[in-house]
Amino acid sequence: MPVVHVCTIVPISLTVGANRIVPAVAIPHPLGDPTKTPEEEKQLRKHLVMKALKALQTEVEDQTVFND
Amino acid sequence: MAYRVVHYINQFFAGVGGEEKADYRPEARDGAVGPGLALNGALGGDAEIVGTVICGDSYFADNIEEAKKQILELIAKFEPDAVVAGPAFNAGRYGTACGAVCEAVANELNIPTVTGMYEENPGVDMFKKATYIVKTADSARGMKDAIPVMAKLVLKQLRGEPIGKPEEEGYIPKGVRINYFADKIGAVRAVDMFVKKLKGEPYTTEYPMPVFDRVPPNPPVANLAEATIALVTSGGIVPKGNPDHIEASSASKYGEYSLAGVESLSAETHETAHGGYDPTYANENPNRVLPVDVMRELEKEGVIKKFHETFYTTVGNGTSVANAKKFGAEIAQKLKDANVTAVIVTST
Repeated sequence: MPVVHVCTIVPISLTVGANRIVPAVAIPHPLGDPTKTPEEEKQLRKHLVMKALKALQTEVEDQTVFND
Repeated sequence: MAYRVVHYINQFFAGVGGEEKADYRPEARDGAVGPGLALNGALGGDAEIVGTVICGDSYFADNIEEAKKQILELIAKFEPDAVVAGPAFNAGRYGTACGAVCEAVANELNIPTVTGMYEENPGVDMFKKATYIVKTADSARGMKDAIPVMAKLVLKQLRGEPIGKPEEEGYIPKGVRINYFADKIGAVRAVDMFVKKLKGEPYTTEYPMPVFDRVPPNPPVANLAEATIALVTSGGIVPKGNPDHIEASSASKYGEYSLAGVESLSAETHETAHGGYDPTYANENPNRVLPVDVMRELEKEGVIKKFHETFYTTVGNGTSVANAKKFGAEIAQKLKDANVTAVIVTST
């Protein structure tokens, strides 16, 4: 059962040992951005979730950060 | 007059037998037995082993409460001033028994105790706060090094002498903090440490960091369109009102909540219990931490087969590694039992 960690502070995620890491937007709103319109924000969230799903489908041998 | 010490050992070190005798019931003998002879010598006449209590490792492990009671009674009859157990080296059941006996003796008889174990013995984590555990080798080859250290620690306690730091006395840190006046202020000590680090010289941290384990990555999802995906978060998203009272920091529990029939989270239905970040944005739109709206959309579009309708949540704010590990193991088991294919964990 693969796991992906979507988080903002990537160094912490690396320290605690996550294997698949997707960097997020900000600490209080990892999958959102209150400065955007609701539609834009949802698009952004969908983009991040799709990235997370892509990470889950990717074979990794070591800790991997999935940047854009 | 010499202090009276009782020694606790297992069936193997008592010479009763090996694994075939591991169900040996608690028994008391006068004087020193087995490794007690060397211990007696190391005590140097100031203290003397007046009796030895022996118990089989399996008997203890299978009947912990009963065995502890019997052993405590046998020990008390010798009217000891202190109790030494083991050393158990890397023997798990023996280490657990030694730790449990020391803890019971300290609580019930209120006298000093010392035991000895290899640092990876499971008894260490269970009992390091309850007794002095001398750090030993992983096998009985370390006996001659362990005995004098254990003897010294028991004598110091009996005489009421101050016990030094773990690394000076050779015991495993008990997690006790003692106030003292340092010669230099913290800033100077920190810079001194940093300079030593830069030079590659040895230094001792004043605040050891927890050690995190590593797990090999699991194989990827083969077919997303057939996958059930679950959401887990340390961002503290909970049903409005936080029904299980998950703590805002140092969480002692996690929550498990249904999303059946829920298309999207909202300020009316959910909120965050997390006390470590500005909750304004998460409370305004909890999907920003737990993306339920998008997961439902992807489910409808057939990108994934199913969005797992239970989410798991806790507050990752000063939460102890031990608690986090326990939550993680339990949540993973529940997700596996529910045939979840893969998991998205979100953190704030």
